[in-house]
Amino acid sequence: MEISKLMKKRIADNLKEGKRFDGRKLDEFRDIKIETGISVNAEGSARVTIGDTVVVAGVKMATSEPYTDHEDEGTLVTTAELLPISSPRYEPGPPKIEAVELARIIDRGIRESKFIDFKKLCIKKDEKVWSIFLDLYSINDAGSLIDACSLAAVAALMSAKLPVYDAETDTIKYGEYTKDPIPLTEKVCLNFTAYKVGKSLIFDPTREEEDSSEARLSVAMTRSKGKIYVNSLQRGEDEPLTPEEVLKILEMAEKKYEEVEEVVKKQIK
Amino acid sequence: MAYTKRFDGRKFDEMRETEAKVGVIKNADGSAMFRFGETIAIAAVYGPKVMHPQHSQNPEKCVLRCNYDMLSFSVPERKKPGTSRRSQEISKVTEWALANVIDLEAFPSAVIDVHIQIMQANAGTRCAGINAAALALAHAGIPMKEMVSAVAVGKIDDKIVMDVDKEEEDYEDGEGATDIPMAFLSRSGKISLLQLDGKIQPSQLKEAIEMGQKACQQLYEIQKQALKASVMEEK
Repeated sequence: MEISKLMKKRIADNLKEGKRFDGRKLDEFRDIKIETGISVNAEGSARVTIGDTVVVAGVKMATSEPYTDHEDEGTLVTTAELLPISSPRYEPGPPKIEAVELARIIDRGIRESKFIDFKKLCIKKDEKVWSIFLDLYSINDAGSLIDACSLAAVAALMSAKLPVYDAETDTIKYGEYTKDPIPLTEKVCLNFTAYKVGKSLIFDPTREEEDSSEARLSVAMTRSKGKIYVNSLQRGEDEPLTPEEVLKILEMAEKKYEEVEEVVKKQIK
Repeated sequence: MAYTKRFDGRKFDEMRETEAKVGVIKNADGSAMFRFGETIAIAAVYGPKVMHPQHSQNPEKCVLRCNYDMLSFSVPERKKPGTSRRSQEISKVTEWALANVIDLEAFPSAVIDVHIQIMQANAGTRCAGINAAALALAHAGIPMKEMVSAVAVGKIDDKIVMDVDKEEEDYEDGEGATDIPMAFLSRSGKISLLQLDGKIQPSQLKEAIEMGQKACQQLYEIQKQALKASVMEEK
């Protein structure tokens, strides 16, 4: 159900005065909790909770032929589903545009940050490479699915272990693991989506706040040699942003990166 | 080797040769073609018209339905016909890029269908598509608050460039290529499309945005000319 105009106005007016229903600051995140290894048949998995929002991510590995223009690199396929169990607003069926866009935003951030060392996923050049299937699911949608999924993706990738691959029979022994993690670099990709509500810019909206927003900008960043880089941007929804708002959001996101990087380091072993 | 000269000799703040023409599809309520170098997009607008299915109608305002797709032979490696997740995403960001300038509340329960086909692709397709679509909407006589112009700004190695072409998109030396498609509204200067993939420092994004503003000011003039020319022809 679309949020009522009364509620939208109340939220926008409150934000103008720097107030949120749960007392947070405009750029403050709810409590973030990251658990890994939450689904034993996956090569890697994670559950991320941000406030009441819960998402899970799983990594499954397979082998395949490499792409013709990247004969010595592994591949990554990212999919997302907004499950009906997570909210009355989602219906069963193939992923709609919200889920397609969500998956592509997460995928772009991970891919462009060079977080995964695709070359080390090569088994035999031109013939066989590892394929990473990264699947994201919403379990409870209380707002901020994009950022929650991005954290879950990173956590699932970081905690994954490669299964045993028998080159002779060309089969994967699922359930049997090597000690090898997925080859990752130190470029941990984190995504922050700012939402514009009225004239205010906020991070980590609750579902109501998200429904009251007219625009969003997702910023995926990574740290490399001490500097922070932007790897992906996605502006969404009807309302355009001024160049000043875009630059302000980048500034806010850069600050957030340092904070959330700490959370990630502490919670993902 | 550092990127000191563009592959096709253009200046860093120079677009490829552009071409804009309206009225290219007679059946449509409005239509246009837009070209950046070898990238050609055509767009057709059908509407405002009654929305079917009825349950998708919005009694408060018109629905803007954008559909972007590429001809299978528009790219070197054939693109399988049928929708893809990429074209679904581009369709959606195109809708967001255009929706704000149309007074959708003037046509409740109606739909405006915007169809974009890429005839030939050499990077910048979604931007060519948006330019063609904006022209087609204007050509259809749909009241628009502002014009929308889009361009793919890029960072090739460490250089900010205007209108990235395929060769630049594939650049891998130095800092590689960062593709930043963006769209500006002609009067308010607001940004209605902004995407990025690659690696760029936040400080350089400011430069990229300024490059985009410059390009879109030029594009606005080109779009205006195309609309004027069509009116002149009818006389």
